Amino acid sequence: MTKVEIVLTVNGEQYPIKVEPRRTLADALRDDCGLTGTHLGCEHGVCGACTVLVDDQPLRACLGFAVQFEGAPIRTVEGLADGDRLHPLQQAFWDHHGLQCGYCTPGFLMLAVGALEHNPDIDDEALKRVLSSNLCRCTGYQNILKAVRAAATALKR
Amino acid sequence: MDAMQYEAPGSVDEAVALLAAADGAAWVLAGGTDLLVQLRADLIEPGLVVDIKGISELRAITPENGGFRIGAAVTGAELGEHEGVKAVWPGVVEAMELIGSVQIQGRATLGGNLCNASPAADSVPALIAAEALCSVVGPKGRREVAVAEVATGPGETSLGPGEIVVDILLPERPARAADAYLRFIPRTEMDIAVVGVAVSLVLDERGVCAQARVALGAVAPRALLVPEAAAALIGGTVDDDALERLAAAARAACRPIDDMRGTVAYRTKVAGVLARRAAGIALARARSE
Ligand SMILES: Cc1cc2nc3c(=O)[nH]c(=O)nc-3n(C[C@H](O)[C@H](O)[C@H](O)COP(=O)(O)OP(=O)(O)OC[C@H]3O[C@@H](n4cnc5c(N)ncnc54)[C@H](O)[C@@H]3O)c2cc1C
Ligand code: FES
Ligand code: FES
Repeated sequence: MTKVEIVLTVNGEQYPIKVEPRRTLADALRDDCGLTGTHLGCEHGVCGACTVLVDDQPLRACLGFAVQFEGAPIRTVEGLADGDRLHPLQQAFWDHHGLQCGYCTPGFLMLAVGALEHNPDIDDEALKRVLSSNLCRCTGYQNILKAVRAAATALKR
Repeated sequence: MDAMQYEAPGSVDEAVALLAAADGAAWVLAGGTDLLVQLRADLIEPGLVVDIKGISELRAITPENGGFRIGAAVTGAELGEHEGVKAVWPGVVEAMELIGSVQIQGRATLGGNLCNASPAADSVPALIAAEALCSVVGPKGRREVAVAEVATGPGETSLGPGEIVVDILLPERPARAADAYLRFIPRTEMDIAVVGVAVSLVLDERGVCAQARVALGAVAPRALLVPEAAAALIGGTVDDDALERLAAAARAACRPIDDMRGTVAYRTKVAGVLARRAAGIALARARSE
């Protein structure tokens, strides 16, 4: 078992860790960096629960090795809120009941933050296409869509 | 099991040297959207993975003699943003853009889709219909191979030890030429094709089909070129009669499996329907050129 030393940059902070090369980014974030906000569902690239942003692009953290992301800016759900103040998107999920059990929520938040930053004027069709990347077993998606719409408006103010 | 090593070389030569030295235990890593799934499922146990995403020549799309040379590690998202390729080979681009969701699109590469050798890989029928050529580099140097010759069966390729696909050449197109790709999946997204059909055709100035190539995916152990289906289109104006003969030839070429996604009879029928529709789309695109 040969571990390598790497430094991950997550939410602007440096995390020097020692990992086996086959460790996924998702496991490294959760177990080595202690950032358990990123959830793991399928671990096969299908559900999107593990979505994080790397170079501001959405990525499934279960489909990459941690060693691949040394030096790249990684953003996780822990980086959204400003202290006790929720990010507008988190607030919108709260206000519009965009979550029930919450398991899928970190993935949806990162997916939607990425999409809104990329295109603040994203239309409904495009937004649905983006959100259809992730799975939610509880909400039926409508409230997630509503929440992201509301956040898009709030973010432009 | 934990002994896997990771290398991210900066050049093709370095990558080939690493792969060749590893004696069969090494795997190329591009987007990892197939490789990590297979690794996690214990289907493969690499001693070494060689990440090729840091090799700049594998990430480039370069116009060449009216066509395009596309680096093997170019992603679906990058291809979809390339207006030049989209204008000349819309079917290849739409096939690649069907792969997975946004998170997958940003990672999944054209070379990975080809070398993973799934019979249902979406870009492969489109590349075969386009008569695309791959450049392969290995310990013995560089060779060119038709895309259709890369996969030999499910998960099996004709690549030798240490060989990697470095790029894929989409040839030049004459006027009034177009291609199209359609697939059928049980769900709307993130599933694999039950049938995929690619049609590429060229019309002459009178609107008669001068050249055509038709390829099918997911209905045999590897994607198939179906010359009989193309023959139904060539020499006529692609009327209803020709489309029916095309559909019949597509059905006749199918050697599908029965599985939870569809029975043999169902897949065969869908192949005919999709062939007709894909030809219709390619025709409309070629006419509007
Ligand atoms: C959720 C999800 C949805 C998906 N949906 C689809 C879909 O709709 N259609 C579809 O066709 N596929 C789909 N896939 C499969 C996969 O995303 C594609 O096959 C993708 O194109 C693979 O590319 P990659 O760069 O990620 O390959 P990798 O996983 O990096 O590599 C795949 C294989 O090819 C080899 N390889 C990669 N590049 C080279 C090279 N240049 N030279 C030699 N060998 C190489 C690797 O060693 C490995 O064996 C899906 C996957 C997931 C997880
Ligand atoms: S846990 Fe990564 S996509 Fe499901
Ligand atoms: S809120 Fe439970 S899975 Fe989405």
